[in-house]
Amino acid sequence: MGAIFRPYSPSDSLQSDRTSGDRQRHREKLREVLKENIADVISEQSIIGREAGHIVKVPIRGIKEYRFVYGQNNPRVAQGNGDSEPGQKVGKTQQQGKPEDGEAGNMPGEDYYETDVTLEELVEIMFEDLELPDLESKPLRAIEAEYTHKRSGTKRVGIRAHLDKKKTAKSRIKRRFAHQRIAQAQAEKVETPEKPEDEEEGRFPFSQRDFRYHRHKPDIRYESNAVVMCIMDTSGSMNVMKKYLARSFFFLLYQFVRLKYRTTELVFIAHDTRAKEVSEDDFFHKGESGGTMISSGYQKALDIIQDRFHPSLWNIYAFHCSDGDNFQEDVPKTIGLAKELCNCCNLFGYGEIKPTGGVSWGTPMLKHFDELEAENFTTLGITSKSDVWPKFKAFLSRDRERSSDVEMGFHVER
Amino acid sequence: MGRSYTLADLENWEAKISEKVQEFQLDCYPQEFEICDHVQMLSMMTYHGMPSHYPHWSFGKSFERTKTLYDYGVQGIPYEMVINSDPCIAGLMRDNSLCLQILTMAHVYGHNDFFKNNFTFSHTEADRVVARFKSHADRIRDYVEDPSIGQEGVENILDAAHALSFQCRRNQAIKRRDHEAQLELAIQSREEEKKEITEPELHRFPLEPDENILLFIRDNNPRLAEWEKDLLTIVHEEALYFQPQMETKIINEGWACYWHREIMNSLDLPSDIHMEFLVRHNQVVRPIPGDINPYNIGLTLWDRIEEKLLGEARNYNDDPQEPDIREKLFEIREVDRDTSFIRRFMDRETMEKLDLFEAAPEREDWVIKRVSDEDNWKPVRDLLVESVGLGAIPDIAVTDCDGDGARTLKLRHHFEGRELEATYAEKTLEHVYRLWGRKVMLETTLNESSTLYSYDDEGLSVTPDVINAIYPSF
Repeated sequence: MGAIFRPYSPSDSLQSDRTSGDRQRHREKLREVLKENIADVISEQSIIGREAGHIVKVPIRGIKEYRFVYGQNNPRVAQGNGDSEPGQKVGKTQQQGKPEDGEAGNMPGEDYYETDVTLEELVEIMFEDLELPDLESKPLRAIEAEYTHKRSGTKRVGIRAHLDKKKTAKSRIKRRFAHQRIAQAQAEKVETPEKPEDEEEGRFPFSQRDFRYHRHKPDIRYESNAVVMCIMDTSGSMNVMKKYLARSFFFLLYQFVRLKYRTTELVFIAHDTRAKEVSEDDFFHKGESGGTMISSGYQKALDIIQDRFHPSLWNIYAFHCSDGDNFQEDVPKTIGLAKELCNCCNLFGYGEIKPTGGVSWGTPMLKHFDELEAENFTTLGITSKSDVWPKFKAFLSRDRERSSDVEMGFHVER
Repeated sequence: MGRSYTLADLENWEAKISEKVQEFQLDCYPQEFEICDHVQMLSMMTYHGMPSHYPHWSFGKSFERTKTLYDYGVQGIPYEMVINSDPCIAGLMRDNSLCLQILTMAHVYGHNDFFKNNFTFSHTEADRVVARFKSHADRIRDYVEDPSIGQEGVENILDAAHALSFQCRRNQAIKRRDHEAQLELAIQSREEEKKEITEPELHRFPLEPDENILLFIRDNNPRLAEWEKDLLTIVHEEALYFQPQMETKIINEGWACYWHREIMNSLDLPSDIHMEFLVRHNQVVRPIPGDINPYNIGLTLWDRIEEKLLGEARNYNDDPQEPDIREKLFEIREVDRDTSFIRRFMDRETMEKLDLFEAAPEREDWVIKRVSDEDNWKPVRDLLVESVGLGAIPDIAVTDCDGDGARTLKLRHHFEGRELEATYAEKTLEHVYRLWGRKVMLETTLNESSTLYSYDDEGLSVTPDVINAIYPSF
């Protein structure tokens, strides 16, 4: 009979990757799953303080294709090595699939995909639907949001890359017509019987005078200007865990602002009993110690605002993270300054980091802040890693959490 | 291993093989071989070998999975990829050694013969299957591009339909009575059994349980749009096409192994290729402890059949096959599928030789309960018969759809000792609900008591049978 052979052609395999469409769609679906579970990913992954471009490995549960299937706990027939005896153990059941999960993995084929996501991608997924609240347009000074160039007319000098070929060609044609007319007129005047220029007329090269170049005009879109002030308590009572939580929060805030508002300015203030403005790197990575004077941090923020970011020109977002163990004497001053901050900020937030089971010195500021009734003031309490993401979202949607809510939270959680 | 052969070599060997195929009177479709690289092979596998297939994300998932396993060396690529079509199409991976290519070609001819002659494949219309899949793909792509349907719309239906695709009739050879015939039969049986009070419930629809869930929904849910019905039809037709391959895994692989061995032994191979063949052959047909290797079981059974017919085991290397025995084997390959093949030909000696046993889970371990000894080989065999072929798919049928009332769709799982996986059952029921649009119910047995799942717009609810729970039967 003789079979037909279709020889291998490498171009086929290069051109028609027939699975690519379905793979793409599958990846999209995995991304949706990732988006749904983003809170877990953020709290579990040590993404905090990572540099841009860092690749995070994220395990996501695969998308299951459900069918009616038999359970795994039914008796089955299998082959042995030739010496099987009743009572022998032959392999493990899959009952204890993923021990850290309450869910037993006793279903067929529990797939985990480990997806490589860059930090940027992750951040983008996280903040897809979030925006800075209460952004007002402050007319006096706008930030250049996008700086591009737009073509606008032509000019006679310029660089080669900007050459407008069409206009250049047109102007040459024009010049040639003019030239011919002149030549004709001259010929009529002089009335020479023969035309020696004939051969020369065949060639009419471009001249410097023909060249036209695109003129470019800067095209700037303006966006209201905003500054985000991150104020963090770095006193001795802020232990490693608390600092980690505070930094997680600021990290989210920072990434969010960076992603959505490219030109938004960021100010980092670290304080113990004294405050200082620090660099982004120091803010996320350096430890401090000492007592706590929250007022110092607020004063510094106010100074900076006075100095560089006048409220009539700037949208100001301030956020302060602390464990709330302030010196009692400092409290009235703190409240006063907080009020002042509220007056000049679009939104001022206070996050109290209270990991459960911690020892508290002094009075938590959260209680004191309950008396502050400014509209644009928000407080929230963070008790654990898993809190960070929901609380962050709440902050942006301005759900204020009172001290009583947080206390309740403690009870519920324990 | 480098590719130390040319296309001409392959053609030469193929000519020799097909000569043998004719000599052995195998009855094959025309054969086509496609030479491909490993990525092409993986995509072929992803789409079950079909040259064109409709798109769906699950194929992307399956591709990634196999590719990952392949890249990490967990799983190799099978040597053969052959589809039941006329002409029969098979893939040859170009990185394989010449020996593997010859082996694969011989093996493929075995499958080709089986596809053409086994009765379970008779409804698959092998001559038109490639065109049919192409037409399915074109239709589904059109729906995806239709702005009023779109990818989401198509996926919604396909996801649900895939969940139910293999819930279809188990024996395509038996004709299903239409409703009128069912009604007639029911009335007739009522008249015959006058003395008993069991009235057939004539208001039920369908009167006889219907295993084709997708088609039942297609025909009885008036709210489905034409394109939705078409999607259900496509998925159903595709499942019907693949069903015979599930049903004949063991007998078919055994048949192909039997014939590749026969062909290879008769080919007069150079000694190095012959040595490699022996190694490869043994790799393929060796038992996998703790699992079932269909190649191993299938070949062992075919050998056993021949041994019984002949009265003694044949030396496959030297002794030629007896023509009248070959005739007998041809008969069996025509009329049997895995279940009947095992039930008819698996005897105690073969069971012992294969060392088949029954294992049950005990806490974290699988523990052997019964081995194939004098007392137990039959129950172990029966359990094997139950689990092979379509036995892997729970038998679930539509028993009623309450056409005059609230249109609740009732499904019943025919429980024969194996329980459904509960989470999967719940999620699948959700898919049924999405297709049916009204309340759906599933009757099954869990933890030895009958359980009723129902799914409606308020979500899932489960009712264990209260009476059974309180008064367990003794």
